[in-house]
Amino acid sequence: MIYWILNLILALLLAPVLFGVLNKVKAFFAGRKGPRIMQTWYDIFKLLRKGTVYSTSTTWIFKFAPVGTLAALAIAMLFLPLGFTESPLRFQGDALLFLYMLGLGRILTVLGALDTASSFEGMGAARELEFSIISEGTMLLLLIFLALQSGSCELSSMFCGRGGSFWLKAAPAMVLAAVALYVVLLTESCRVPVDDPETHLELTMIHEAMILDNSGPDLAFIHYGAGLKLWIFGAILTALVIPADTFVPWAATVIMTAGCFLIAVFVGITESMMARYRFLKVPQMLMGGFCMAFAALALLLISGGVK
Amino acid sequence: MKNFLELKNCSAVKLNDLPVLPFADFRQTLIDSVGNENLRIAAFFPLQKSSDRYLCAVLVDAAHRCLRCALSGSGDKFPSLTPEAPAFHWFERELFERYNMEPYGHPWLKPIRKADGDYFTMEGDAVNEVAVGPVHAGVIEPGHFRFQCMGEKVYSLEISLGYQSRGVEKLLEGKFSSKTLPLFESAAGDTAAAAATGASSLIEALTGTQISQRASQIRAVMIELERVANHTGDLGALAGDVAYLPTASFCGRIRGEYLNMTAEICGNRFGRNCIMPGGVRYDIEPERCKKLLKHLERVNPELKHALDLMFDSPTVLDRFENTGSVSPETARSIGLVGTAGRASGLKMDLRHELPAGFYETAAPKQAPGGNGDVLSRAKVRYNEIFASLEFIGTTLQNLAEGSVYTPVSAPLQTDSIAFALTEAWRGELCQIMVTDAQGDIAQCRIVDPSFHNWFGLAMALRNEEISNFPICNKSFNLSYCGHDL
Repeated sequence: MIYWILNLILALLLAPVLFGVLNKVKAFFAGRKGPRIMQTWYDIFKLLRKGTVYSTSTTWIFKFAPVGTLAALAIAMLFLPLGFTESPLRFQGDALLFLYMLGLGRILTVLGALDTASSFEGMGAARELEFSIISEGTMLLLLIFLALQSGSCELSSMFCGRGGSFWLKAAPAMVLAAVALYVVLLTESCRVPVDDPETHLELTMIHEAMILDNSGPDLAFIHYGAGLKLWIFGAILTALVIPADTFVPWAATVIMTAGCFLIAVFVGITESMMARYRFLKVPQMLMGGFCMAFAALALLLISGGVK
Repeated sequence: MKNFLELKNCSAVKLNDLPVLPFADFRQTLIDSVGNENLRIAAFFPLQKSSDRYLCAVLVDAAHRCLRCALSGSGDKFPSLTPEAPAFHWFERELFERYNMEPYGHPWLKPIRKADGDYFTMEGDAVNEVAVGPVHAGVIEPGHFRFQCMGEKVYSLEISLGYQSRGVEKLLEGKFSSKTLPLFESAAGDTAAAAATGASSLIEALTGTQISQRASQIRAVMIELERVANHTGDLGALAGDVAYLPTASFCGRIRGEYLNMTAEICGNRFGRNCIMPGGVRYDIEPERCKKLLKHLERVNPELKHALDLMFDSPTVLDRFENTGSVSPETARSIGLVGTAGRASGLKMDLRHELPAGFYETAAPKQAPGGNGDVLSRAKVRYNEIFASLEFIGTTLQNLAEGSVYTPVSAPLQTDSIAFALTEAWRGELCQIMVTDAQGDIAQCRIVDPSFHNWFGLAMALRNEEISNFPICNKSFNLSYCGHDL
């Protein structure tokens, strides 16, 4: 419990730093110095001190969306076995609530975007929903995969109750599941090749287009929420592949934190090595992820890794 | 075609020597000739001769390596040429906008430099209209783009310009002065070297000045450096638009290296205030020449590496290939020029067709054409960069002896018209100067390559994904100020 709280604090503090590391990696590949590691935190503090501008055509939905999204993501995070320690908030079936919380966060952002009636934000919202249809499906398959491996529908036991030998029992399935989760991670955190967080071109944006009208503290909440989301997916990818629940708690804490940062480095490398896909290709990649998750599930059933 | 006067590039002729044709003949000859592979329209504008206004047409005749020009009294109303020859589309809209002339039968007669809100629209529930600009998210020039889409697919794009209109041609009228060259250079600031070369040739033609070989070599080097710097910047920006970071950052820096080389020659990174009537202001002494060659030797492989990184990346090629295609037929009929025209498979390059100055002696290799997509436009630029670099290297090594400046002593020839067509980095830059009975500048005409090509961008977007607009736009990278003037 103490370690879980410690890990929660670590996550809340370090989540925005993930972008700092990611951007440093990108800058390294581009031969630049890059922004400071703590830049996202500086940006958040700067934005918190600023005022917010609301368009006269928006309603309370637009004002509620950024806070609501951040709240939904924070609640989702509370169900995770942070630091490979069971969450105090666990219950049977919380996996579905976790999934729905992520969905709630998304739909609030989308509604906020549509509330502005801007054509750019409308396009961004349409793209976000189109791609999430597939990535949510993949996520659901992966949760089923974990449920079968662990014999539980409780997120904490799904990750930590699988024993230490699941790699030995179903290595190919694990590889497929990990790759599928990485695809979901790239989509959910709006990274290349799905989305380009750096672009200033409204016509090619997805997530950035949806938040074009946000400013001040609202924008700070959105940036912080993006950090939390990357941490959430980093944590579940780490927990999926590393059986560290048997380790001493402090080692598990280090492993999870290091895992999240390592994933940020990987994302940075991915972004530096490839261009972003054209939009017609993105669903194909996401379907690829979905199929891998499906194959992982099938392999798991065949190889008898089910608990 | 026989009835048009044959002219050399960068030459002047008395206004009275220009043939005046009956309008029906004039119109038919133009319509017949622009459909021809070797003929294209370079300028189409009203010319004031004594008290009468004539329509003047200037054609590039690649087969005979000459310009062709004729006048015709059209009156204020005349049957439009556009329905039969779409290359006149933009020219006729300009006539309508600036001279109250009415080419009746024109399919879309509205001003080209004034936003009037009367856009082409589609009707229906599923249609969404997207308006971009004139204020953009980047530090770029203003222009308004109106997309008619269904979902992600663009059915039509209308481009509305004119936000940079500042009356350059009007400012050029009057006495030839120290302001004339800077005005030509600032018509499109990224094309300063080519514009100054063309404008200087006009004055030299009107005064009968012969410049030295060394001066024309330095001019050519500056035009090619300008080409290399701009192509490098654009290829980097293309990489940036598809989120391919390494090439984007490398090219940003390397573009600066080439700009610095231009500064090494004349003290200005954009090559301003160097080329002037009679030659160039600054010589390249052997010492600086050696320094430049060394600089080139260091930077060229870096550039090649940065660009090859992009052209070898499958994810980048996937974005560029079959994106924003303009077929050769479309390109010819709407009259695309320059890199965009060559990328659509049209064989055109003024450095080979109508060489003037040092290009009569030598010119960079012509880049092979393509099928008109973003990749071809990028490839044409890539090939042009290395052809130009080779040309710059050899020219610098073989600079002729002599002075770089010949004083311009004679006054401007009276009642004459001079033509200069230069292959600027975007394409064909046409400059025309008309003098009056006192030898002052009565009229100036600048046709920037962007004037021909903006409509090409609109065509490239038809049936394209709207998210591909930025890379289509970047692959053309047209000038707003050069168009608006």
